[in-house]
Amino acid sequence: MNRFLGFVKKEFMHIFRDIRTLVILFGIPAAQILIFGFAVRTDIKNAGIAVLDRSKDEISTGLVSRLESSDFFILKQSLESGAQIDPAFKKGDIKAVLIFEDNFGKRLLNEGSANIEIIADGSEPNVANLVTSYTRAIISDYMIDYNGAMAEGALVIEPEIKMYYNPNLESQYMFVPGVITIILVLICALMTSVAITREKEFGTMEVLLVSPLKPIHIILGKVTPYFILSLIDLIIILFLSWLVFDIPIKGSLVLLMLESMLYIMLGLSLGIMISTMSKTMQQAMFTSLLGLMLPTIILSGFIFPVEYMPGIYSWLSMIIPPRWFVTIIKDIMIKGTGFTFVWKETLILFIMTLVFITISTLKFKKRLE
Amino acid sequence: MRTILYLIRKEFIQIFRNKFLSKAIFGIPIVQIVILVPAVTFEIKNIELCIVDMDMSAESRQLISKLQGSDFFLLKHTTFDEKEADDMLHADKCDMILHIPENFGRNVVREEKEKLMVVANAINATSAQLAWAYMRGILQDYNSELKVRSMQSNTPGRLSLIETTNRFWYNPSLNYKYYMLPGILVILVTAIGLLLAGLNVVREKEIGTIEQLNVTPIRKYQFITAKLVPFLVIGLVDLAFGLVLGKILFNIPFNGSIAMLFLFAAFYLIAVLGLALFLSTLSSTQQQYLFVVFFVLMIFVLMSGIFTPEESMPLWARRFNIINPTAYFMRVIRMVMLKGSGFADVFQDVRGIIIIGIATISLAIWRYRKTV
Repeated sequence: MNRFLGFVKKEFMHIFRDIRTLVILFGIPAAQILIFGFAVRTDIKNAGIAVLDRSKDEISTGLVSRLESSDFFILKQSLESGAQIDPAFKKGDIKAVLIFEDNFGKRLLNEGSANIEIIADGSEPNVANLVTSYTRAIISDYMIDYNGAMAEGALVIEPEIKMYYNPNLESQYMFVPGVITIILVLICALMTSVAITREKEFGTMEVLLVSPLKPIHIILGKVTPYFILSLIDLIIILFLSWLVFDIPIKGSLVLLMLESMLYIMLGLSLGIMISTMSKTMQQAMFTSLLGLMLPTIILSGFIFPVEYMPGIYSWLSMIIPPRWFVTIIKDIMIKGTGFTFVWKETLILFIMTLVFITISTLKFKKRLE
Repeated sequence: MRTILYLIRKEFIQIFRNKFLSKAIFGIPIVQIVILVPAVTFEIKNIELCIVDMDMSAESRQLISKLQGSDFFLLKHTTFDEKEADDMLHADKCDMILHIPENFGRNVVREEKEKLMVVANAINATSAQLAWAYMRGILQDYNSELKVRSMQSNTPGRLSLIETTNRFWYNPSLNYKYYMLPGILVILVTAIGLLLAGLNVVREKEIGTIEQLNVTPIRKYQFITAKLVPFLVIGLVDLAFGLVLGKILFNIPFNGSIAMLFLFAAFYLIAVLGLALFLSTLSSTQQQYLFVVFFVLMIFVLMSGIFTPEESMPLWARRFNIINPTAYFMRVIRMVMLKGSGFADVFQDVRGIIIIGIATISLAIWRYRKTV
């Protein structure tokens, strides 16, 4: 035990001697959570649109000004002819064009129906979808008002919505937990991925190998200081998300901390596993950054909801640890659920951690022989 | 000039001698493109719905079957118990609850106002809003059907209706792969460039070989060029690989000029590699450099508008994108590939990326010290 503590102390000294890295380690999560919490959002706001109004009557201009007054759209251009649509899209500052047909208002009055064509830029499918459905919603609201003035009681059913857990529809509720999840696992894995390869590359590994420390001790000794560092990172992140984004922790803080510690352990042991499997530092770095970054961002459900992924991907995402932690953290922080709701996810993370540690120890032993 | 060529040759030999790196720089992009490009759809389908039907009338059943008939909703459960429905929402077993009150059918037929309550899990605000928009659309349709029916039997009157038709240009079926491939490709090319070039220099520092270079009469600009060109070539080859793969596997359209895209990519890579070399002068160990790259890369990527619309970001974030090279490339690659935008359309972006490139290269040359 004494030997082990001595080793941990040595590791601590190694890390804390390098002030520059320490600053980076604490600065990165704080800066990223602030930047992404404010900047990343999937809803649309201020999307540029253009209008091709062939009719220019009271109703069409009324509708256009209704669209403009919403937060979603900014009228960038008024087009004169259909030939101007393609160049307008190619310049890239508009997302959709609304075309009012000839005699739009007259038709609406005389024939009872008139047509608006919405052309959206499909090169960004998500934006195209949102722009189209928001436009439609605004048009149909406009028509309800319009008909309301004409015919009494047009609307029999009045649907009302309650947005649970996030009544003000803040996109931070989705992204702050997501960013926490991604940053924690990446930072933990990056930290430890170099830990063992570094010793290998500098030749100090042999010194460790001839020492009486067991592989599991070496691994744990490498992990412990980083565990404490990550814990401080976690506290900074949670504090910022509460202070800056006003995201409440509805559930138990203790449970949240315990779950996060498990998740940190998972990240660290993932890094160690990469480290034992790599020959050089560059290899470890490539694997941990290039190999982990995109799959975690894309398959964790942080931006793209896992539920809507095609068949095999919802399976594939199951081996991505952040996917499970995102659920846990959202449940505890935002819904305020207890352990009974997240035990399954917790168990999965726990098993994953065990697997990573076991593989690392096995791989590590091989090098001893 | 010959000095530079020799140095470049040396770099290439060193890269391809490394068994892992020579495979990883082409293998990782290929594997990730194949796996990750088809993964994403933002299409909201099968919103899981729980209905609390307190009425059980012909009208309420009609409404339910209308909801079931749409692609958007999947009826998960019907119950009389509000508590049960709430619990399901709480346990993530459904996304939305529709309460149909007692006497709904009777009131609707008598044309008395009737309220319907919808509850949505709004943690993902965008999905919740979309689901709500779909729900409202269906309810309004149902409403006008009722209206039409009652009007046929009652007073002559008329409801005006605006029909909307919509089309998606450049990607009529909203194929997400067309959107994802350019994005993922940009990220991979950026990440490989930043990591390879910077680590290469920091490694020379860490193992001490940089001093051997420093004592030679190589000039600063020669050193920077030699460290830049190999990774520029690798980046462009990766880009070509990715585009060919996209064409073969996903049949991604390519409407614009390929030459222009590669020219832009070259400017972009020079800017990114210049940044990598500059950052490498600031780091003394590979680990430090790794964290700096992680920081820079995440910010460049997530703010560039690759996965989320750029216009929705607050003003300061959009301003930041003026100095974010990835934002330029992301915009240009999609515009050129999918929309066939020409040089005049992307002129501003070309100018921007050249200015950033000049800035980062100058910084790298200025910071690189031959003396210790």
